[in-house]
Amino acid sequence: MPIYNYIVLAIILFCIGVIGVLTRRNAIIIFMCVELMLNSVNLLLVAFSKMHNVEFAVTNPTLASDAQIFVFFIMVVAAAEVTVGLAIIVMLYRNTHSVDVNFLNRLKN
Amino acid sequence: MGITQILFWFLSLLAVGSAAMVVVSKNPVHSILFLIVTFFAISGHYILLNAQFIAIVNIIVYAGAIMVLFLFVVMLMNLNAESEPQKNRLMLFIGTIAGASLMLVLVAALKQSDASTHLVQMGGGNVGLIEQLGKALFTDYVFPFEISSVLFLSAMIGAVVISKKED
Repeated sequence: MPIYNYIVLAIILFCIGVIGVLTRRNAIIIFMCVELMLNSVNLLLVAFSKMHNVEFAVTNPTLASDAQIFVFFIMVVAAAEVTVGLAIIVMLYRNTHSVDVNFLNRLKN
Repeated sequence: MGITQILFWFLSLLAVGSAAMVVVSKNPVHSILFLIVTFFAISGHYILLNAQFIAIVNIIVYAGAIMVLFLFVVMLMNLNAESEPQKNRLMLFIGTIAGASLMLVLVAALKQSDASTHLVQMGGGNVGLIEQLGKALFTDYVFPFEISSVLFLSAMIGAVVISKKED
């Protein structure tokens, strides 16, 4: 499978995430679209790792596993981010009784 | 067309279709369920690439833990009804145009590069096995691994402090 297919798939998933962030106003769905973008990048990193595994397996043997360790750390950071982000959304809902990001200006004062 | 290619196209269509449904669907619970389908499709891609550890971690952490947390928050706030009463048509249009042109620019830039003809190793290779990754994680990356535990601790404290009722 050429790397081209994987890059295009990751681009499409990333752009769907961007469109979701730009058009939706529900804070939870915006957050989920950010997760989707993170996942498309993860998919691309794994595909690149398997691409370089063919070419650089002799000269640089740890190169391919380094990419997958990076994916692991992206997942770790995403899990921590979701914890804090959902806490912020719960607090936002408690203050404004809505998760619409257009009403975030009510948090003034 | 071999079984690998059929699976690749099937999983790609599944991922893109359910990702589009995440953005389109009105009900947040449906969005979350479609996002879980997307994550399972991406895990299928990882299995096709023989990245077994990442595939399992993706299912356990993303589809298991993170999405259940989302579902829990949505159920807690009772948001599973219509939540966006007034729609802004102009913002919808402009956002879609902006995202589509970003995709167009990226794909056009990809067309220009000559790196896109390299082949990805489907299956085979022991780089994605848990033995290789565990060895890398606990020798070369043991310090970032320990730092990530501090990150989790700070995230936990942050979540408790933020969601605490102040009185």
